[in-house]
Amino acid sequence: MYENLETADKQKNLKRVVVDPVSRVEGHGKVTLLLDENNKVQQARLHIVEFRGFEKFIQGRPYWELPVLVQRLCDICPVSHHLAAAKAIDQLVGIDPVNLPVSADKLRRLLHFGQVLQSHALHFFHLSSPDLLFGFESDISKRNIIAVLNDYPEVGLQGVKLRKFGQEVIRMVSGKRIHGTGAIAGGMNKSLTKEERDYLLADVDQMIEWSAGSVALIKKIHCSNLPYYDDFATIETNYLGLTKADGALELYHGGIRAKDKLGNTILDHFDYCNYNDIIHEEVRSWTYMKFPYLTSLGKEDGWYRVGPLARVNNCDYIDTPLAEAARVEFKQHSGSAMVHSTLAFHWTRLIEVLHCAESIKTLLNDPDIMGSDLVAQGEKRYRGIGVIEAPRGTLFHDYEIDENDIVTKANLIVSTTSNNMGMNESVRQVAAEYLSGQELTEPLLNNLEVAIRAYDPCLSCATHAVGKMPLQVELINAEGECIDKLMKQSNGEIIKLED
Amino acid sequence: MADKLKVATTSLAGCFGCHMSLLDIDERMLELAKHVEFDRSPITDIEHCGPCDIGLIEGGVCNSENVHVLREFRKNCKVLVAVGACAINGGLPAMRNHIPLEDCLKESYIDGLGVENAQIPSDPELPLLLDKVHPIHEIVKVDYYMPGCPPSADVFWSFLSAIIAGQEPALPYDLVHFD
Ligand code: SF4
Repeated sequence: MYENLETADKQKNLKRVVVDPVSRVEGHGKVTLLLDENNKVQQARLHIVEFRGFEKFIQGRPYWELPVLVQRLCDICPVSHHLAAAKAIDQLVGIDPVNLPVSADKLRRLLHFGQVLQSHALHFFHLSSPDLLFGFESDISKRNIIAVLNDYPEVGLQGVKLRKFGQEVIRMVSGKRIHGTGAIAGGMNKSLTKEERDYLLADVDQMIEWSAGSVALIKKIHCSNLPYYDDFATIETNYLGLTKADGALELYHGGIRAKDKLGNTILDHFDYCNYNDIIHEEVRSWTYMKFPYLTSLGKEDGWYRVGPLARVNNCDYIDTPLAEAARVEFKQHSGSAMVHSTLAFHWTRLIEVLHCAESIKTLLNDPDIMGSDLVAQGEKRYRGIGVIEAPRGTLFHDYEIDENDIVTKANLIVSTTSNNMGMNESVRQVAAEYLSGQELTEPLLNNLEVAIRAYDPCLSCATHAVGKMPLQVELINAEGECIDKLMKQSNGEIIKLED
Repeated sequence: MADKLKVATTSLAGCFGCHMSLLDIDERMLELAKHVEFDRSPITDIEHCGPCDIGLIEGGVCNSENVHVLREFRKNCKVLVAVGACAINGGLPAMRNHIPLEDCLKESYIDGLGVENAQIPSDPELPLLLDKVHPIHEIVKVDYYMPGCPPSADVFWSFLSAIIAGQEPALPYDLVHFD
C-alpha cells in the first residue's frame, strides 16, 4: 500500500516537516514528513515518543498487586488493564476462565461492558462528535464538547450521561469510578447488592434508547458524506480480535480470530495462551511503539488492525438484537465482506455502545450478579496470560512469577500497539492522497490528525488535541536549516512565523 | 458577566486518570462552562495559547519534552496546580527510578518476548529520556497540590468552585481521604 513511504530512498535534500507539539498517542507522539523539491511526500511517520518501562519495573513486585498497578498505565480504559491482569493472575492461582465462579465471571463482564460503554461514549461524544457534527474544518472554537452542549444540547447531554452511566456501572462493581478494586486472583471481591442493581436498572432502558439514537446519528453522518467517509485514510488490512466459540462478537473472553482483507480466515478459535507462537513484534529505530505482526504472514504482510472495526468485521453476528440489526445495516452499506474505511471505526464503535447497553441490561436482570460464590482457587502456576478485548482492541498481558509469588517477567501488547502500522499507513495514505505536491495548509494538518483520531488511540484525548493546540510546522532542509515556519492559530488560521 | 476564568490542563508522564476524573463532574460541566474557559486542554480543546489563570498538571516528568511543556505552563499560568500522585511524587511511572534506564529499555526492545529486529529506538525524533521520573515541583514552583490517584471529581469541583468564588481553595478531610 503505502509502505514505500515509510523510509525515503534518498534522504538528502529532502525538506523535513514536523507536526509537533504532541500528538500524544499512547503518551506522546508526532508526525514527520519528508518532502522533495516539488513538495511530493517521500516519507511519513507517526513517532511515539514516550517510554515507560513497565515490563522491567514490575519485576520484583508480588503478582497480586498487578490488577491495581497496571490500571495506572493508561487511564482511558483502566478497567481493561485491570481485567486482563486479573485473567492472567487467575491462572497463577490455577484458575482458567471456565473455572471462574459464575457470579465472578458475570460481574467482570458487567464491569467490562460498563468500561467499553464509557470509553466509547467518551471518544465519540466528548472528543470526536465536534468534528463530526461541525465538520473537520469547522471553526476551532466549535470543536469541543462545550460547543456541542451549546449547539446540540440533546446530543451533548446524552453523551455526558451515557459516559456517566458507564462510570456508574464501574463504580457499583469495583467501588470507584477510576482505579477501583473489583477483580482479584480467582474471582471478584464483592457482588452487587439489590440496591446497587436497582439503581443501575432504573436508567438502563434510557441508555439503550440513546445508544440506538447514536448509531442512527453516525450512520447519517457517514452516509451523507460519501465517498469521503469511505475513502479517507482507508487502507486494506488484516483484522484480529477475540470471538466467542460460535463466532459471535466477544469483548471479555474468547479465541483469537484473524481475517485477511478479503475476509478469508487466517486463524480461528486460536488459544490466546499461545499468542507468542503467532504474534511477534518488530522494533523500529524511530518510535517507541513496536509493530506486531502475524508470524505466519511475516513482517511485511502480517500486520493487522484491531478495535471496533476489526471486531465487527470479524464476527459472524452480535448476540443482542438491536446491535445485531445495526451490524447488518453497517455491512449492507459497504456490500463487501470486509469494511476497510478508517472512519467506519466511529460507526462500529457506536454499534458496540449499543451492544454494551443491551448486555448490561441482561446482566442486571441476572440474579447471579448478586451471588456470594465469588472466588475460586486451584493449583499454583508460574505463568499466567490474560487477554481481553479492550475498547481499542485486543490487549495481551503475560506474567511469570517465582516460588515466592514475585513477578520475574512481564510482556504486554497493548491495543494501540496493534494499530501502530495501521495508523502509520493511514497517515501515509492521507499524506500521499490529500497533501502530496501541495503547499502546507490548514486542511493538511487537520487531515493528518483526523486520520489518527479515528483509531481512538489510547490517550486519545491528547491525540485529539493535535491541531487544537496552536500547531507549529517547521520546514527544515536536509542540512537542518529551518527554511519555513508556519503556525496554526487557535482560530485555525495559518500564519508565517518570522525568526 | 465577569471574565471567565482561563484554565489550561496537560498530561505529562501520567495515565490520564486525572483528566478522566475531571470529566467525572458529569452534568456539572455545563455549570463549569459558565465560569471557566478552557485554554490548552486535551479534553475540551477550546484553544488558544496565552496567559491563563490556572494550569492543571497531571503526571510527572520523564523526558525532555515534559520539561519543556511544564516550563511553558509555568510561564503562562498564574496558578499552577500539581494534580494527582504522579505530578506530586512521580507516581507509578517513578517505579522505574530504582532501575537503570538502560535495563528498562533492554527489557522492552532487546530481551522482550517475540521481539524482532531488536534494538533500542534511538532516532533523533525521539525526545531524550531522563534517567529518573521527577515530581513537577523539582522543576518549577507549584502553587497548589491536589492529592489522589486520581483526585475525585468532587476535589476538582471544590477546588475550581472556590477559585471561581474568589476564595482560597481548601479541601476538607473527606475529599483527601482515600480507600
Ligand atoms: S495520579 Fe493516578 S490517575 Fe493521575 S495520572 Fe497518575 S496514575 Fe493516573
